[in-house]
Amino acid sequence: MTATATSARSDLSELGRSETALRTFLHGLPGVDQVGAEQRAAQLGTRSIKTTAKAEAIDLAIRMVDLTTLEGADTPGKVRALAAKALRPDPADPSCPHVGAVCVYPAMVPYVAEVLRGSGVHLASVATAFPSGQAPLEVKLADTRAAVAAGADEIDMVINRGAFLAGRYSEVYDEIVATKEACGDAHLKVILETGELATYDNVRRASWLAMLAGGDFIKTSTGKVPVAATPPVTLVMLEAVRDFRAATGRQVGVKPAGGIKTTKDAIKYLVMVNETVGPDWLDPDWFRFGASSLLNDLLMQRTKLTTGVYAGPDYFTLD
Amino acid sequence: MSERVAVRKTYKLFIGGKFPRSESGRSYLVQDSNVSLASRKDARDAVLAARAAVKGWAGATAYNRGQILYRVAEMLEGRRDQFVALGASAAEVDAAIDRWVWYAGWSDKLAQVYGGANPVAGPYFNLSAPEPTGVVAVVAPESPALLGLVSVIAPAVVTGNTVVVAASPSAPLAAVTLAEVLATSDLPGGVVNILTGRLSETVPTLAAHMDVNAIDLTGVADADLAAELEVKAAENLKRVLRPAPADNDWYADPGITRMTTLLETKTVWHPKGV
Repeated sequence: MTATATSARSDLSELGRSETALRTFLHGLPGVDQVGAEQRAAQLGTRSIKTTAKAEAIDLAIRMVDLTTLEGADTPGKVRALAAKALRPDPADPSCPHVGAVCVYPAMVPYVAEVLRGSGVHLASVATAFPSGQAPLEVKLADTRAAVAAGADEIDMVINRGAFLAGRYSEVYDEIVATKEACGDAHLKVILETGELATYDNVRRASWLAMLAGGDFIKTSTGKVPVAATPPVTLVMLEAVRDFRAATGRQVGVKPAGGIKTTKDAIKYLVMVNETVGPDWLDPDWFRFGASSLLNDLLMQRTKLTTGVYAGPDYFTLD
Repeated sequence: MSERVAVRKTYKLFIGGKFPRSESGRSYLVQDSNVSLASRKDARDAVLAARAAVKGWAGATAYNRGQILYRVAEMLEGRRDQFVALGASAAEVDAAIDRWVWYAGWSDKLAQVYGGANPVAGPYFNLSAPEPTGVVAVVAPESPALLGLVSVIAPAVVTGNTVVVAASPSAPLAAVTLAEVLATSDLPGGVVNILTGRLSETVPTLAAHMDVNAIDLTGVADADLAAELEVKAAENLKRVLRPAPADNDWYADPGITRMTTLLETKTVWHPKGV
């Protein structure tokens, strides 16, 4: 058993060396049962989480939020305000935990770094010509190095979807490896942009490709295309990280991003994590939500639970 | 040919322009009919629907709101017999129809009566204009079921507020039937939302809800309960309308207090440049 596992591990690490081996491996992955995945995801969404379990889920979800602003109109003032909110999401309640990370464009990293220093809140920056990824490799790597140098300890890169969909898997693989190297000690999150991958089979292949190349996290979407994170896509990715850990012993995190706006949605995802990969992933180090408006809804539901009164959006910051 | 099977009607809630059952699945038997028994979550959903409707309704022109209220009167006229069959007197239905027309007329006149130019010492135009408060929770009077209900809904919505109404628990059929009138009157979904059931379940939730801007306690007969609701309403400084029971002669001239209580005054200074 141990011998098989070891040889499987070495086999996997060899895959990146040849296009053929990579293609054979990725296309040899079992296909995703589309109807089954959608039904399973829908069924997990029907669980009823109430009272103390709900309170715990809300606090966990707050700790898992990557509070994100990725707008052309971002200013130093706006991102500083966002970072301040990340530290103390609910100023009226000191027992409210801080969020997992703040996620901004590389140019905004220095302003956020000032605020977050020493707080335990991570600082994520998108890089590699986000959101399209359509730039020469040197530019993408320079983008990454600049973000890390400015103080980001997590990098959200986008894969080259054009190359992936054209079947040039080695190119995608090499880019991820190069970006990982450029990250240094920073954690690398690999954005698959599942809305552009068309099929669940492709999502599974892209997940494995990203993990084989050394990604620390796989992330669904940029939030910049119409279809963002969906429960079935996240389910397929969770199955991939589960199988990857079984095959290699390395644990990879998952981050659904985009379109998760309500506490109800967030709790559905947490149920899915628990049922698919187990409690090992129920931690901000292994599961994150890429979101902006979600945090306000979490805070409103949290306030509802503590005060017993329905909260209103007038009493929470707009962002 | 076999005998027809009776078509029995279930009276449902009216939330966001739709007629859902209570999320709790409960109903109660009243006036020989099954009527949905609203829960606090239905109240929450109704507030969401009302809040979503505020922008469009408050942003509509006063003239347009007046037309829609007049349209409600037209539709109510066509259903006269139905309300009489539910126990309203012909005089009550007449008065209810006339009340819609009366308030429809106020839509583009109230701003002139209640707002206007203020004389100020300086080279400025100083104008005060009334604006809707937002989402209003309304406890409808126990009786008269139709006229009382119309008399509390119309003054709130004519100025651009949206309402969540807790209907009379003992006579909810008129309320649900009025909802059918409203649903066919070009009134945008969510402007009026009607909850049937026990006041003790829905009204405290509405009074405490932080996203409700005003509450009309007309239908709360118990003075202690009314005081308790006012305390809850104070948490986010809701406007509170609590008329003395003696004021509730529903056939009398309503006056404009009901409308003006549910308004905010916006005052604008503008340089004259003379």
